[in-house]
Amino acid sequence: MADVALDRAHDREATMAGRRHFASRVIIYALLTIFAVIYLVPLLILVFNSFREQPEIARNGLIAFPRSFQLTAWADAWSTYCIGGTCEGMRRNFMNSLWMAIPATIISTMLGAMNGYVLSKWRFRGSDVLFTLMLLGVFMPGQIALMPWAFILGKLGLTNSTYGLILVHVVQGISFTTLFCRNYYVSIPDDLIKAARIDGAGFWRIFRKIILPLSPPILIVTVIWQFTGIWNEYLFGVVFTSGREQPITAALVALTASGTNVRAYDVMSAAVLIGALPPLLVYFLGGKYFVRGLTQGAIK
Amino acid sequence: MSSLTIRNLRKSFGAVEVLKGINIEAQAGEFIALVGPSGCGKSTLLAMIAGLETVSEGEIRIGDRLVNSVAPKDRDIAMVFQSYALYPTMTVRENITFGMESRGVPKPQRDEAVKRVSALLQIEPLLGRKPGQLSGGQRQRVAMGRALVRDPKLFLFDEPLSNLDAKLRVDMRTEIKKLHHRVGKTTVYVTHDQVEAMTLASRIAVMHQGQVQQFDEPQTVYDRPANMFVAGFMGSPAMNFIPAEVGTDTDGKPAVSIKTAGASTTMLALHEGVSGISTRNVILGVRPEHIFRYSPELKAAKPSIAKVDAPVEMVEPTGAETIGFMRFGDLEVVGRFDPDEAPRMGETITLGIDMSHACLFDPITKKLL
Repeated sequence: MADVALDRAHDREATMAGRRHFASRVIIYALLTIFAVIYLVPLLILVFNSFREQPEIARNGLIAFPRSFQLTAWADAWSTYCIGGTCEGMRRNFMNSLWMAIPATIISTMLGAMNGYVLSKWRFRGSDVLFTLMLLGVFMPGQIALMPWAFILGKLGLTNSTYGLILVHVVQGISFTTLFCRNYYVSIPDDLIKAARIDGAGFWRIFRKIILPLSPPILIVTVIWQFTGIWNEYLFGVVFTSGREQPITAALVALTASGTNVRAYDVMSAAVLIGALPPLLVYFLGGKYFVRGLTQGAIK
Repeated sequence: MSSLTIRNLRKSFGAVEVLKGINIEAQAGEFIALVGPSGCGKSTLLAMIAGLETVSEGEIRIGDRLVNSVAPKDRDIAMVFQSYALYPTMTVRENITFGMESRGVPKPQRDEAVKRVSALLQIEPLLGRKPGQLSGGQRQRVAMGRALVRDPKLFLFDEPLSNLDAKLRVDMRTEIKKLHHRVGKTTVYVTHDQVEAMTLASRIAVMHQGQVQQFDEPQTVYDRPANMFVAGFMGSPAMNFIPAEVGTDTDGKPAVSIKTAGASTTMLALHEGVSGISTRNVILGVRPEHIFRYSPELKAAKPSIAKVDAPVEMVEPTGAETIGFMRFGDLEVVGRFDPDEAPRMGETITLGIDMSHACLFDPITKKLL
């Protein structure tokens, strides 16, 4: 008898707790949905406009549900639309950005991994000071480096070239990639390195056989960070290149500024979306590692 | 021929001197235990033998070769780490062969070596697994396999058992001992566990504050500790230290008087052979197992037993034995009793103290007299 009574009381409490839990879930998800919608609406408008016909956009306004459908804006934006006198669309600038972002990402990530390896596992007198100095780069706004870079690129003959931008982005990115990798490698036990040294492995063999195989989480984070950062960078692109050599970010601005006739919102929308696709793609492919990698070491 | 010689070894990190002149010599095939509390410098010493830490002063020889500035990989050593330090991305087989691969040993030879070691340690079924898929004991075995496979001159163990649970630790301890008998290589074994040191080592170096306090065979270290630190560190429960005054008993033989219950003192006759102690005040060191319930039969069998009355304050039965805490003046004295004759709380027990095993220490220098 007593058991039954006890069970019932217990049950009632459990039900109450379950309901409270359910209610709090509903509130959380409702809030999250609201914020997601606020964040996604601009993207949705862009996507709509890229498929709407220009006259319809002019008639019904920029923010409206589509009443027409066309694909030509995407084709125009890609290959025929005129930007600053040349009518080749975004294609060339898109490729410029790819040829800039891919090598710069790979090189800066590799350098960051090596720096991190040395600064965490082969410390030397002054290595912590060196690391602190490198960290300053993280907090240094890019525009400070604008004049020095103009000078250096001029001396090297790399102005108005993708190679120049690769150099700039590799150097500007090393602070971040080093910070990421070094902090990740610090959590790799030193005993592993000691064991490998006794096992006869040298500096590079330890890096290749022990450190790199443990690195994918942080390398993915670094690659996403660097690629999106370099792809989206505008200032260096617009200052050091012009016309056909510009990366897509600079070209997009040129596109909105050019054109004497009516603003082609359909083409602009498509162009912006083309410019946004690669970072989105990279994030979709590696996003789950990104969140995991950034919190690595926080929880054992 | 000694296979490891350490002479006047010193190590400083900045202004902090961690090792202050270490002298240890290991014969070929010997099992040396470095034991001491944490921070005594034993792990630093091992890292210096391995070549992972630089030598500030002094010399390390492996065999006849001075290795002070030889890289770890060229010292012909193998090491087992406390954390095992297994390469997490490699399989057990790859972990074991990594060292040989680094040294360019051809594949057939590597396979042969893996076969031999995995049979020795019974880890054949694990060869294809990653360290993350192994239990603590299995990782421990793999770590030993990685050390054994290379057939080095010197084995170094850095607290290899301290991450295992109590039962496994005892099993692995036995196994390490068997393994050492079979392989017969010179071994240096760092531990903070004095039982491990006692059971495994042929000689023990007890370290404290960067110095070797005593370097001798386990039984000697236990029976005749060089100073009060060694006496207190080796053995659990620890040795009792009782302040005493040197004098003579009623028969005119040398004896010490100690404070017992209340304000009274008791004279304890010293065993023969103790003579010429010049200091008047000494510290009497008595191990708990040399304190037991007094009986005339015991006294008849062993005349060196002295008799003391003391109130029992506390009793801790452990099954195999019962630990009793008695009051001697303002001191608490620990004794290990047979459960059949264990003291009861509140009882005033008549204790027998086997004075033939007692040690006398100088209260100022803390050294054995």
